[in-house]
Amino acid sequence: MHIFKGTTFDFLRWRVHAIVVSWVVIIAGAAVFMTKGIPLGIEFAGGTAVIVKFEQPTSVQQVRGALDKSFPGGGQNVIVQTFGDPAANQVMVRVPHVGAEQGTSLSQTKQQVLEALRKGGIGGFEEKGTQIVGPAVGQELRSKALLATVFSLIGILAYLAFRFQFSFGVGAVVATIHDLLITMAFLAFFRYDMSLNVIAAILTMTGFSTNDTIVIFDRIRENLRGMRRDSLHHVINASINQTLGRTVITSGTALLTALALFFFGGEVLHGFAFTMVVGIITGTYSSVFIAAATVSFWRGSAPTRAGAHAPAVSAPAPQQPQRKQKPQRKARAS
Amino acid sequence: MSNLRWKVVTILAVFVVFFALGVYPILASRYRLPSPGWLQEKQLKLGLDLKGGVHLVLRVQTDDALRLVTDQEMERLREELRTKNIPVANISAPDSTHFRVEGVPGASDAAFRTAANEVQANFDRGSGLNGAYTFSMKPNIQQNLRDESVVQARQTIERRINELGVAEPSIAQQGADQILVQLPGVSDIEHAKSIIGSPGLLELKIVEGAPSASKEALMVNGQIPQGMDIVPGVGSAGDASTIYYMVKKVAAVTGQDLRSARASVDENNRPAVSFTLSNEGGRKFGKVSSENIGRQLAIILDGRVQSAPTLESKINSEGRITGSFTPEEVADLSLKLRSGALPAKLDYLEEQTIGPTLGADSIRSGVAASAVGLGLIIVFMLFYYRASGVNAVVALIFNLVILLGMMAYIGAVMTLPGIAGFVLTMGIGVDSNVLIFERIKEELEAARGVRASINAGFNRVFWTLFDTHIAALISVAFLFQFGTGPIRGFAVTLFFGLISNLFTSIFVSKTLFELALGKRQQVTALSI
Repeated sequence: MHIFKGTTFDFLRWRVHAIVVSWVVIIAGAAVFMTKGIPLGIEFAGGTAVIVKFEQPTSVQQVRGALDKSFPGGGQNVIVQTFGDPAANQVMVRVPHVGAEQGTSLSQTKQQVLEALRKGGIGGFEEKGTQIVGPAVGQELRSKALLATVFSLIGILAYLAFRFQFSFGVGAVVATIHDLLITMAFLAFFRYDMSLNVIAAILTMTGFSTNDTIVIFDRIRENLRGMRRDSLHHVINASINQTLGRTVITSGTALLTALALFFFGGEVLHGFAFTMVVGIITGTYSSVFIAAATVSFWRGSAPTRAGAHAPAVSAPAPQQPQRKQKPQRKARAS
Repeated sequence: MSNLRWKVVTILAVFVVFFALGVYPILASRYRLPSPGWLQEKQLKLGLDLKGGVHLVLRVQTDDALRLVTDQEMERLREELRTKNIPVANISAPDSTHFRVEGVPGASDAAFRTAANEVQANFDRGSGLNGAYTFSMKPNIQQNLRDESVVQARQTIERRINELGVAEPSIAQQGADQILVQLPGVSDIEHAKSIIGSPGLLELKIVEGAPSASKEALMVNGQIPQGMDIVPGVGSAGDASTIYYMVKKVAAVTGQDLRSARASVDENNRPAVSFTLSNEGGRKFGKVSSENIGRQLAIILDGRVQSAPTLESKINSEGRITGSFTPEEVADLSLKLRSGALPAKLDYLEEQTIGPTLGADSIRSGVAASAVGLGLIIVFMLFYYRASGVNAVVALIFNLVILLGMMAYIGAVMTLPGIAGFVLTMGIGVDSNVLIFERIKEELEAARGVRASINAGFNRVFWTLFDTHIAALISVAFLFQFGTGPIRGFAVTLFFGLISNLFTSIFVSKTLFELALGKRQQVTALSI
């Protein structure tokens, strides 16, 4: 079976369009970020989150009412949401502050929440779990997350520059940064909390979104050796077309698992799975439209040069992109 | 052919070993199969987020440890000056690392400097302008004390938790001054905190003068006399009133001199804690008690006088702490005394309770998502690659088993993100097979033989796979570095998943192809 057999799409022709579309999404994301901010998970923002399970069906409004009435300071700034399966009658109450960080009074706010719920007369409930994070922890985590992302990008750039050529490394890193920004934009649109799990998904994505890119780059390198008479533009297009099937299938299988996590993984993994789904889709898109295009931008109209592991040869000047030629599907000699 | 046989033997051996490590113990405990204890012990452990329990992050107030040493040195100098008859106006400690001596008479300046040499080891002495000397703790001593106090706090917490009998606790230092405590299976966070966090500092001090209901009444000219301390305590009537005792600042005996402490009862059959002093502590206490017969001895616990019995005779090694305790309080108190005092106060930075049902929910949804994800991949691979899809599925199952075995072997902990990592590893793991199969297809279309195509497919894709795996490993390494707890579990899963994937997608899958082709010389078609 074959999908995308012998395609001859001129991907590079669409590179400007692709970049415009990406920028629109990124800028829209940034706009949302600027105006509404990005909701921070409790690990980063600090605060108190209590998950309670009621004995009978209880609405979010009832819980909010109880807090408005009896929680010191009322229900303002308090997030109340259903946790997990609605049939389980579980509600999460999140308050942005904690008891004093000094000494042992960190859990004071939690007690106040439970007290307010008890006074609210909603009915019996059981405390299923609590998470209380003091402000110092979040601060530390934020800088650590940023550093880890930056270092892992630098590491990938260095490795690809070493294995391929510098321009390829740049292409892969530009594509990865693109994926990061697009993912952040979607997180902002869909208002997912920036939690530890989401950061983990983002970091994982930076590693895996380069996979498709590397496959395409590998083919470009190989083709640069075999197609010395063709322009870089043409070589890149041919390479993307030749690898299109596997790019789509590999992303597809990863996407299947990410979707399974999204739909069946439960409340805790929701943000994580969402990030992975967006990351996998944008990773595929950027491998095809952004990564190789960056290489061609970076190298400009210079004559093609063979890949890092082949001797450099001069090739004829690049020709115009409109050339419709059957891509070479023949396997090249090893 | 013998080459192929060896490959098969290697693969089977690897499979059996990892199956025994990773999968069999789980099956054994689930279906009550016989299994040796050492193997059961290696069983893949569940993280706190799946098992339920208490997670605490504490910060050690290392300044406390510095203040303690500064106070001690200051008192030593005070004693020294008193015995040498060097009068000074005032000795005080403005903060945790400095103390100041004022009004040293010019005539005894030289004598003062000699006396002060005693404390010079840990402190730098200031210039002594106008007879005022400031002693500052040396920076390296400060650093050592801070590090030591964190280590000591961790060890004390470890001892207390071990006494408490929590199964598989995890207590680890995190950063410069933080301690991470994880107590699986514990749900009463407040009790856990009271055991971990209370200082547990026992001091026996001689009471100077009569106790009083007000602090001010004990002061001389509105000040606490030098070398003395005023400590609150429970009123003798047993009601809620507080009375104050003036005691010597330096303790006759502290908790460090204890050999053991246990729950007992006093003469009125009320719960009490009995303790035995060490030889050294007994000698000290014997001396102090014989010199102070007829005076009161304050038994001070965490800065509060519990009782102040009158010394009637010389006491060598045995003592008892009485007060209005419940039996639970007595049990907790003797536990804390046995495990020693904390060197410094603790702040709670983070606390998390995961109820057992919450953990069970997470396991259920994690397993459900894994099953669905794996099922989808298997169906797709069989549908798209036909017989070769079987090859990929076998490689996938190998990958799963090896990953489980590796994680069990290194004692990794399975967390909820770890389960997610597991599913993702599988979803991304088949990518390697896809890349190889697509390449083989390409080679077949170029009208090469089946055997040649398979070989070319594996050979050409090897370096691509190598590169993608290294790039992924780079980001996983930083993920591990960044993460704590569950995230680390996730990173570990991904790390080993990537490694075992290289083995299964290349070595196992190729051997399977070779097995399928067998000895046939001429193979014309491949189901792919």
